[in-house]
Amino acid sequence: MDDQLTALVVIFTEFYYWLTVVIMFLIHIGFCLYEVGVSRRKNHVHTLMKNTMLIPLVTITFFFFGWWIYFAFPYGPGIVGGIVESPHAEPWSQLMGAHMGAGADGWERINGVFWAAFLLFSWTAASIVSGSVIERIQSGGFWILAVAIGSVFWIIDAAWGWHAEGWMVQLLGYHDAYASGVIHGIAGGFALGILIVLGPRIGKFAADGTPRNINPRNPWLVTIGLFLIYTGFWGFYVACNIPIWDIQAGDGEFFSATNIYLGPTTLSAITFNFLMSLSGGLLAGYWVSKGDAFWTYSSGLAGVIAASAGNDLYHPIQAMIIAIIGVVVMYKLHYYVERRFKIDDAVGAVAVHGYAGFYGVVVCGFMLWGYPSSPDTSFATINPIGNFIGAVIMFGVLGLLPGYVIAKILNSLGLLRIPPAVEIAGLDTATRESWEAEAQAIEQAEAEAARGG
Amino acid sequence: MTTGSFTDWAGTIADIGPIYPFVGTEFLLVLIGVAFWIAWHITQIKSESARLKEEEDHFSS
Repeated sequence: MDDQLTALVVIFTEFYYWLTVVIMFLIHIGFCLYEVGVSRRKNHVHTLMKNTMLIPLVTITFFFFGWWIYFAFPYGPGIVGGIVESPHAEPWSQLMGAHMGAGADGWERINGVFWAAFLLFSWTAASIVSGSVIERIQSGGFWILAVAIGSVFWIIDAAWGWHAEGWMVQLLGYHDAYASGVIHGIAGGFALGILIVLGPRIGKFAADGTPRNINPRNPWLVTIGLFLIYTGFWGFYVACNIPIWDIQAGDGEFFSATNIYLGPTTLSAITFNFLMSLSGGLLAGYWVSKGDAFWTYSSGLAGVIAASAGNDLYHPIQAMIIAIIGVVVMYKLHYYVERRFKIDDAVGAVAVHGYAGFYGVVVCGFMLWGYPSSPDTSFATINPIGNFIGAVIMFGVLGLLPGYVIAKILNSLGLLRIPPAVEIAGLDTATRESWEAEAQAIEQAEAEAARGG
Repeated sequence: MTTGSFTDWAGTIADIGPIYPFVGTEFLLVLIGVAFWIAWHITQIKSESARLKEEEDHFSS
């Protein structure tokens, strides 16, 4: 960078993505609080560790292959082209480390922070799944599933439908600016695929199939966790944008923020829409759940997710209305699926992320019908059929199907479900018994010391 | 002796390229990292399976 203006733009962009990563970190503090708050006391530490350790595992695998998949697979491969050469994203690239820029084409400044912004999405995809399977899944099996969703399947869907050159954008006019389907739909579908194989927690359903509520043990932790997830979501939204880009086609220049497809938007637009869809979700959630705190908070999140696909372009009141309807749909669907198919989704993640995300993508196809999906005029325009097919690909083809298949394989290897006796006793119980024995030994030693023995 | 590919910051800094030590070992580092990752899963799964078996026996008795 040999002039100040270029340096300012490049280093601002570098700082911009770095800041989104820090803000998004709050999502994961929130997920930890939330999951521990929902789990029963006998499973707290196991629940915490299950969620925490997905962070390093998804991180290193996203370094090894996830980042490369995003740049290599936008054409399928085999749908509109082959594998795209992506030397900056290969794990052995010199640009995957501290670099001063020789021959780097700008990636020396952006690669690390852009990688991290995507990585935090990867953690989110895996954490969404984590909550739904608590209190009965083996950690080792879950962590394999976390790597699969976090470093393989979601990033394939991002290459296909959340990339300026993605084949779904080119052929279907797929539009999903803030990842209703790309993160939430796929993670919800993946969780549902696992839950079908994993089965419900012991006691969740009565002998006649009637579901019982296993209520959150600590509503405070749950709600604070969800508040932190809302906070982190700001970073998520901002990370989905490109902060400065010349969007003027033809002669002249016009700089703006853009969405991931390089279509124009503004930080103001997404701020309006984030807050209005959050509010619509909270209001609808309070209403539909009759003031239940767990569902009201979850509905705030579901409201944002329901409007996210088009929140780069919606009017704020449209975002609010879409959120309200989305929350009612996902809430009703959650209880219908629970009753009808005996699915025990411990935190409602399939509904909040999967159903609301699927709905959000479909609605966006209608709301933005005829809008350009890309500055490239050869791409299909946004349309209801393209977005519906996209929602099916996200939720079903890249979410539910691989979740189900991998869970089946893990189950056949005895790596999915914990033994019933351990589930009933609690995953932390053996550790707690051991701690109590150690504490007793210390107390005994202290008593002997006090007696001068 | 230097572990880097340069000995001072003089000249055109943009010509330096990578500034981490032992440039040229990247592929080996990836192999080590991937091997560690797979080994971690294998040992973790073995350890968890053994612990769950022990706990199952304990709580079933």
